[in-house]
Amino acid sequence: MLLINCPYCGTRPELEFVYGGQAHVARPPDPSAVEAQPWAEFLYLRDNIRGVHAERWRHAHGCGRFFNALRDTTSDRFIATYLSGETAPATPAHDLKAAP
Amino acid sequence: MQRFSALSLLGRALNGHRGWRPQWRRAAPRDAYDAVIIGGGGHGLGTAYYLASEHRLGRIAVLEKGWVGGGNTGRNTTIIRSNYLFDESAALYDHSLKLWEHLSQVLNYNVMLSQRGVMMLAHTVHDVQVIKRHVHANRANGVDNEWLSPSEAQQFCPPLNITDLRYPVLGAALQRRGGTARHDAVAWGYARAADALGVDIIENCEVTAIQRNAQGAVEALTTSRGVIRTPRVGVAAAGNTSVIMKMAGVRVPLESYPLQALVSEPVKPVFPCVVMSNTMHAYISQSDKGELVIGAGTDAYTSYTQRGGLHINAQALEAVCELFPIFRRLRMLRNWGGIVDLTPDRSPIIARTPVPGLYVNCGWGTGGFKATPGSAHVFAWTIARDEPHPINAPFTIERFRDGHLIDEAAAAAVAH
Repeated sequence: MLLINCPYCGTRPELEFVYGGQAHVARPPDPSAVEAQPWAEFLYLRDNIRGVHAERWRHAHGCGRFFNALRDTTSDRFIATYLSGETAPATPAHDLKAAP
Repeated sequence: MQRFSALSLLGRALNGHRGWRPQWRRAAPRDAYDAVIIGGGGHGLGTAYYLASEHRLGRIAVLEKGWVGGGNTGRNTTIIRSNYLFDESAALYDHSLKLWEHLSQVLNYNVMLSQRGVMMLAHTVHDVQVIKRHVHANRANGVDNEWLSPSEAQQFCPPLNITDLRYPVLGAALQRRGGTARHDAVAWGYARAADALGVDIIENCEVTAIQRNAQGAVEALTTSRGVIRTPRVGVAAAGNTSVIMKMAGVRVPLESYPLQALVSEPVKPVFPCVVMSNTMHAYISQSDKGELVIGAGTDAYTSYTQRGGLHINAQALEAVCELFPIFRRLRMLRNWGGIVDLTPDRSPIIARTPVPGLYVNCGWGTGGFKATPGSAHVFAWTIARDEPHPINAPFTIERFRDGHLIDEAAAAAVAH
């Protein structure tokens, strides 16, 4: 089981959290003005990165709040967690070695 | 190819089993091929086999970064069934099941197909309605499926506990043509048959780049064993499909998740069929070796690690112990994970891509093993003719843009 560092509550077991998928996917400001292709990309296309992945988690059985995390999907090791709305922190090069 | 028969086995047995040769060549990559398949699992090897046997394509290679059948083909719970809700899915999975029924004869390799019946349990009123709808839809599509009362379900599977559990069994759907097969044998059988037709099976060969010409079409692959020129590339890379497709600049609606399974210590034959419970989330069968093969769920997060959290397995075991109290004192032998590529609608993609010469067979999610022969068969057609077979025509990438989803996710909710 993963241990996840909630920026509000501290480190807790994975069971307290709900996974929220890829982070920083912006909803088009005016959906009705968007063509089918970019709308499909917003709804369905994710980067599915093998390497360092920015993703959302929600501390459902704690503070209930969303936050973001950087996790290496080749080792499941968390590199950082940060607040929603913030940009992802820079990742040290050694963490990126597995990323293609 | 050394053909197998009762006589040849007996002859070798009397001879101390001397003289068996490796079942496929250890091929080194040539400079150029007419078609290259990326991924040496059941789907990829099967595709190469049908390209060679049915479409008579000349030079074909299968590139595998590890060893043949070492990915999800060797990691699944070997369940075969075709009782899917939608017309498109029923056609695809039943096409596969029909190929399964003759696969051992066609490949001259015993894939140990055992049509022992797959029973799906209903635990709630909603389950009953959904599963009955499946039964009717299947029968309308010519796919066998029947509704069993709780006592009929217990009669079919005596170890089943139908009353003394949190969500009692309210009934079940039974597909008698469903069952299991030997997963390794499928990969080996296709590899052996494809090799006999001249297909090069190249293990330990990882693709690192896809080269395209000025028109954007596929021209060559850069691999860990050199550059290979080819005008056609078929990708059958399961959980790593996104990584490969990115090399050609194509984004596919996939997310890769760990899916786990485990087996018990071997015991004498005690479990006659396959039982699946979507509500309690466990599925179970007994292998010919005697191990109980138990499927757990996917982990919550995307990953490429081929392992997951132990609590996922614990949850599946709790469900198994409640459904089958006789297994409560059984010990588990080992557990493992595979990386499955899930599409948003939980139906596969078998299609051409925006890049000429590049074809993809992916998105099988948690249920690709059962589809191996059918998937390979229609994918080979798609590659050879540059157009989809009528069966896989609906399974495009563009269906997500056009809204023609084949929403087995909503239909089945979980385990496939």
